[in-house]
Amino acid sequence: MDRTALLDVAEERKHTSWALGARAVHLLFSKQKCISTASVLAPVTWALPAHAQAPLNYLTSHGTKADRVLALTWGVMFVSVAVVLVIAFLLVWSIWWRPGLSAPAPGSKLAVERPQSGLNWIWIGVGISSTVLLASIVWTVIVLAQTTNPPSRPGVTIEITARQWWWQVRYLSDDSSRIFATANEIHIPAGQPVLLHLISGDVIHSFWVPALSGKTDVIPGQTNEIWLQANGPGIYRGQCAEYCGLEHARMAFLVVAQTPADFQHWRQNQLQSPSQPAGIAELGMADFNTHCGGCHAVRGTDANGVLGPDLSHLMQRHTLAAGVLTNDNPNLLNWIRDPQGIKPGAMMQAPELSSAELARIDAYLKTLR
Amino acid sequence: MTIADYERAPSVATRDEAGLADELQEIWKAEPGIGGWLSTVDHKQIGIRYIVTAFAFLIAGGVEALIFRLQLARPNEHLLTPEQYNQLFTVHGMTMIFLYAGPVLSGFSNYLWPLLLGARDMALPRLNALSYWLYLCAGVFLYVAFAMGFGPNDGWFNYVPYAARAYNGGPNIDFYSLGMILLGISTTVGSINFVVTFLRMRAPGMSINRVPILIWGTLTASAANIFAIPAASLAFFLLWMDRNFATHFFDTQSGGQALLWQHLFWMFGHPWVYAIVLPAMGMVSDGLPVFCRRPLVGYTAVALATVATMVLGFGVWVHHMFATGLPSISLSFFSAASIIIAVPSAVGVFAWLATIATGKPVFTAPFLFFASFIVLFTIGGVSGYMTGSLPVDLQLTDTYFVVAHIHYVLIGINVFPVVGAVYFWFPKFTGRMLDEKLGRWNFWTMFVGFNLGFFPMHISGLLGMPRRVYTYAEGMGWDWLNMITTIGSFVFAVGVLLFIVNVVVSYRRGRIAGDNPWDAPTLEWATSSPPPPYNFVVIPTVASRHPLWEDRLEEPEGEKSHVGAGLVLDHGREAIGTTALDAQPDIILKMPGDSYAPLLLALSATAIFVGLLTHLWWLAGMAAVCTGAAVLVWLWPETALGETAETADV
Repeated sequence: MDRTALLDVAEERKHTSWALGARAVHLLFSKQKCISTASVLAPVTWALPAHAQAPLNYLTSHGTKADRVLALTWGVMFVSVAVVLVIAFLLVWSIWWRPGLSAPAPGSKLAVERPQSGLNWIWIGVGISSTVLLASIVWTVIVLAQTTNPPSRPGVTIEITARQWWWQVRYLSDDSSRIFATANEIHIPAGQPVLLHLISGDVIHSFWVPALSGKTDVIPGQTNEIWLQANGPGIYRGQCAEYCGLEHARMAFLVVAQTPADFQHWRQNQLQSPSQPAGIAELGMADFNTHCGGCHAVRGTDANGVLGPDLSHLMQRHTLAAGVLTNDNPNLLNWIRDPQGIKPGAMMQAPELSSAELARIDAYLKTLR
Repeated sequence: MTIADYERAPSVATRDEAGLADELQEIWKAEPGIGGWLSTVDHKQIGIRYIVTAFAFLIAGGVEALIFRLQLARPNEHLLTPEQYNQLFTVHGMTMIFLYAGPVLSGFSNYLWPLLLGARDMALPRLNALSYWLYLCAGVFLYVAFAMGFGPNDGWFNYVPYAARAYNGGPNIDFYSLGMILLGISTTVGSINFVVTFLRMRAPGMSINRVPILIWGTLTASAANIFAIPAASLAFFLLWMDRNFATHFFDTQSGGQALLWQHLFWMFGHPWVYAIVLPAMGMVSDGLPVFCRRPLVGYTAVALATVATMVLGFGVWVHHMFATGLPSISLSFFSAASIIIAVPSAVGVFAWLATIATGKPVFTAPFLFFASFIVLFTIGGVSGYMTGSLPVDLQLTDTYFVVAHIHYVLIGINVFPVVGAVYFWFPKFTGRMLDEKLGRWNFWTMFVGFNLGFFPMHISGLLGMPRRVYTYAEGMGWDWLNMITTIGSFVFAVGVLLFIVNVVVSYRRGRIAGDNPWDAPTLEWATSSPPPPYNFVVIPTVASRHPLWEDRLEEPEGEKSHVGAGLVLDHGREAIGTTALDAQPDIILKMPGDSYAPLLLALSATAIFVGLLTHLWWLAGMAAVCTGAAVLVWLWPETALGETAETADV
C-alpha cells in the first residue's frame, strides 16, 4: 500500500460510522479510564524505572501511539495480576480450609466422598472470566482502531532499510535533490506524525522504538508502513527485535526527536556536502576513497558505495556500529582497525591499512560534520 | 486355526482362575535378551523408553540452558561466541519443545492408555514401536548435527530467509529440516495409533463419557497433530528444496514469500503448543482428585474444554505474526480468538480448584506438583492473555516477557505435571514408591528455583530486553534481573537433579508399592505393579468413571464395574474390540507379535534422510529399497493373525 492509499483509508475510516462510534466510546470511556488507571496505579508508577535507567522499557511512553497502548497494557496487566492473586488465594485457602491429611500408609484406604458437586465454582469462575475477557477484547479493538492510522497527515516520509546488522535511513522527497541517506539514527520532528516505510535488505528484522511505538517486522519482499509521533524532543533508543543472525543482539538505533525548527535545520544540513578537507584530512580523503569508498558513501565525493552506511555527516551521530560504541575519539579508530573484534560477524572487514593511512582516514572522518 | 476360532464368544472367568495367568504370560512375554528388547511391541516397554529418552533430552536441553544463562548472567560477557550462543539457544528450544515436551507425554500415554482403558495393548502395537524408534532416530540425527557443530541456529521457529542458503550456508538448517520431517513421521504414526486405540480398544462398558481425562487430552492432541504436522513437514520440505534445488518457495528475490513460512510453521506450531500441554493437564485432572479423595468436579465440562481448546487452538496461529504488517481487521479476529481461548482454560482451573476445595486434600509429593501447577498454569495463562491483546503484544512480543510466558507454559503446564505424574505412577511402573521426603525437597527446590529464575523474565521483558540476544550492554536496566534469573535456573536444575536422584535410588530401594498404593479409582490400579505383559488376566467391564471407588461412591446407574472377572482371551495374543461410542464388545482382535520390522523400518527410513542430507543418492535409494523390504516383512500375512489364504478357506 503506498502512502496516498494509506491516507485515503485513513480519511475514509474517519467518516465511517463505526469508527466514529469507536471514537465516541473512546472519549467517554477510555479517557476516563486513562485517568482512573493512572490514579489506581499512582503508587506503582513511582517505582518504575525512568527512561534513562531502562531505555527500552515500555512502561513509560513518550509518543502518541505508545501513550494510547500504555493504558491498555496497564489494564490487562492489572487484570492478570488480580487473576493470579485470586487463584493463588483460592488455592491456598482451599488447601488449608479443610484439615489436611497426611499421606496414608500403602494399602490402607482413606475415605472417598462426593460431598457436593462443586460445579458452582466453574459456573461462577468461568462467568466472571468470560465477562472480563470480552471486555478486554472490546478495549483491544478500540485501541487498535486508534493506533492504526496517524492523527493527521504525516509531513515527513522516511525509508528505513534494515540490514545485517544496521539500519539505513533515507529521507524521501518528491524532489530527488532533497533525498539523502544516513544510518542508525532517525531524526524526526516532535509533535508531528512521521511515516516510515520499512524494507529489508536481507533477512527479517523488526523495527522497535518502545518509547514511541510497538514493533513492526521488516520483511524482505514487502514494504511495511507505520507511523510514529514523539510527544516532545528527546532521544529514544530502538532495537532490532526479530532474531536476524549473529549480531542480532547489537543492532540498535536512536530516534532523535527535535523541535520542527531544529529538525528542518538538521535536514538542511544533511543535504549539504561536508566541507572540503584540508591538510592531512585531504590526504585522508584520498585514502578513504580508495579503501572505504567501495562500501561507504560521502556526499559530494568519489566515495559512493552502497553496501555500508552513508558517512556524509558521521560526526553528528551519537553512536558507531549500530549502537555498539559511542562515537568518540578512540572508538572510531578502534572500530576501523578491528571491526570483527568489536562486533564479530559484522559485514565490515578490517581494511588493510598502514598506520599512517589509518591516521589520515581518521583525521578525514573527523571532518565529516 | 479355524474360522470358528474367530467367531467364538470368549468365555468368562475370574482372574484367579488356575493356570490362566501363566498361560497368558507365555503368550505375551517378550523373548529374553537383546533380541526381545529390540523387537518388543509391548506398550509399557515403549512408554518407558519414551519417558527415559525424553528425560535424557530434557537434561541435555537443560545443560545447554545453564551454559547460556552463564553467558547472560552479566552484561558484555564473553563466555560464548555469537555463533555458539545462537546454536545453543536454538538447540535448547528444539530439544525442549520437540524432543522432550511432546515425546514425554507420548511416553505416559503409551504406558497408561491400555491400562486406563482396560486393554491388552495399543490398537497398533508395531506402529507404536515404529513411532518410538523414529523418535529416537530423529533425536540422534538432530543431535549428531549439534555435536558436529552444525546445530540449527535460526531459533526453533526457523524463520526464512535467514534459514535460506544465501544467509545460512552450512548444513545446519538441512539437518534441522530433515530431522523435523523424520520426527513428524514418528508423531503422526503415534497420533494415529492413539486415535484408533480410543475408538476401538476401550474395555466393555467404558463409553466415551467414562474415560479418564488423560484419554481426552491425548486424544485431542493426537487428532490435532494429524492435522497440524503436515503443515510443518511441508514447510521444512519446501525449505529443503529451496536450499538444495534452488526452488523459490520462500525466496523473495524470485517471487517467493517469507511469510508463507510463518503461516505454515505456526499453523503447526500453535496447535503443537496445545498438544504438549493438554495431556499433561489430563494427568492432573486424573491425579489430583485421588489426593482430594473425591471425583473430579465437572468431568464433562473439563472434557469438553479440552476439545474446545484444541478447536480454538487452530484459529489463533496469527498471534505469532501480529507484527508482520498484516491488515488490522484480520489481525483483530485473531486477537479476539487468542483472548477467548482463555475461557476453556478457566474451566479447567476452576474445576481443579473446586476439586481441592470440596475434597479432603492429602499432602503428598504428587499433590504438591499438581496443586502448584494450577498457579503456574494461571501465570502462564494470563501472560498469554496479555500477548493476545494485539496492541499490547506489539510491545511484548520478542521480548523476555514472551520468554517468561513460554517457560511458564512449558515448565508450569508440562514439566510440573510430568514430574508429579512420575511420583504418582512410578509405583505402577516399577512396583516401588518414590521417596516422599526427598520428593518434598525435590518439589520445593524446583518450585522456588523455577519462580526465582523465570518470574523476573517478565520484568526484564517489560524493561525491553529482546529475546535471542547473546549479550546486552550495561545500563539497560537488566543486569540484576539477569543475575537473579541465572541463579534461579541453577536452583531449578538442582531440583531436577534431586528428582533424578530420587528415581535412581527408589528404583532399587524404594518401598514396595502394591497394586494400588494411592487407593486410586481407575483401571491401571486394578492390576499388579508393575503390570504383567498382558496387563489384565481377564478383561474388566466398566460401569463408571471410577471402577475402584464404586463400593464407596453411590452410582446412580446402580450397575457395578467388574475387574475381578471378565472375558478370557487366551487363544494367542488377543484383545477385545469394542464399539466407538458405547464400548459394546464387538470383535476379538488378533494382536501382532513382537517383530524387528519396526526397528528395521525406522533405521532404513533414517538412512534415507542421511542420504538426502549428504546428497548420497545411492544411499538414499538403497535405504528406500530397505524401507520397502521392511514394510513387506511387516505386512507379510501371518497365520496367527488370520491373514493367510488357507485360514480363510478353512
